[in-house]
Amino acid sequence: MSTSTTLEAPKKGTWDGGNEPLKASYGKLMMWFFLLSDAFTFGAFLIVYGLSRHKHLPYTGEPEAFTFSTEYWPIPEKVFNAFPGLHGMDLPLAFVALMTMILILSSVTMVLAVEAGHRMDKNDVQKWLLWTILFGATFLGCQAWEWAHFISGTDEGMLLADGTRVFGANLTINQYGPPLFADLFFFITGFHGTHVFSGVVLLIMIFINTVNGVYHNRGHYEMVEKVGLYWHFVDLVWVFVFTFFYLI
Amino acid sequence: MATHHDHDLPVGEIPKPQTKAIWKTFIILVVVTAIEFAFAFAMDAGTARNAIFIILTIVKAFYIVAEFMHLKHETKALIWCIILPMALVAWLMVALISEGSYYFESITNYFN
Repeated sequence: MSTSTTLEAPKKGTWDGGNEPLKASYGKLMMWFFLLSDAFTFGAFLIVYGLSRHKHLPYTGEPEAFTFSTEYWPIPEKVFNAFPGLHGMDLPLAFVALMTMILILSSVTMVLAVEAGHRMDKNDVQKWLLWTILFGATFLGCQAWEWAHFISGTDEGMLLADGTRVFGANLTINQYGPPLFADLFFFITGFHGTHVFSGVVLLIMIFINTVNGVYHNRGHYEMVEKVGLYWHFVDLVWVFVFTFFYLI
Repeated sequence: MATHHDHDLPVGEIPKPQTKAIWKTFIILVVVTAIEFAFAFAMDAGTARNAIFIILTIVKAFYIVAEFMHLKHETKALIWCIILPMALVAWLMVALISEGSYYFESITNYFN
């Protein structure tokens, strides 16, 4: 036990980790810069989406008369209008609204866990971390359903010029519009989903550490703060994906 | 772990939670999202609606980064370290979207 105590003792020397640039601890500062670089990646994805969308023909007809075609970029409300258990009903953006709410809620429970960590309240940290894991996992489940629906397609599919019909989407064929639309859907929401998955794994790790009292004995819950920064970033990215992919 | 108990805080000294600001931020985020949905259904698609969506998104991003990620309470230098590179990304987005429009114009108007 004495060895672990010396290992965790803070280093005070200027060149020994005692100096904190920008008055943020080493771990938090590095998390900020990692998130900045990650934001560039997501930014690149969304920029490509904007560019591809503007180099395709927009749909100019009446929204009511909209049909799927590879000729023009689809209206998101007409693509994402399904809800689990309500087959065949037109519920534009309802499911993605639910997913957004779940993710915002998970961000709140995360910040409550961080707040409990500041007060060294182990029970509260455990409680809020569990809620965050639950919401995160629920979001992943929703996304799995969203993907399954997008891949298998609607009942009508898309009528091609030769009279055949295409159902669903993959990387080369897409019933909803130009193939690039499906590719960008898979890459953008897939990359975001991978981040949510990593976040849930990190949350489970810090939950186990919290239960074992690792942070309590260390004297601070900074690890919860760092994972919290990552988790809020995932929520932040979803806010942008939601706007640029589903709303606009 | 028993050797560590002298470092522990005495039981009963855990302060009360201060969660008012957190729930306030949560309500702001939910309300802004609800407003976005209202615009999605009440207003026809167009540049004006897109501008409203982008402004509301930036409002949400501000509350998440400033309050939840606590950036508002960090040093000025750190705040600028994060905001300046992202401003450049936003600029790149504007530039490449207009590039996409130009590309579309070219292939529809000049090659038909």
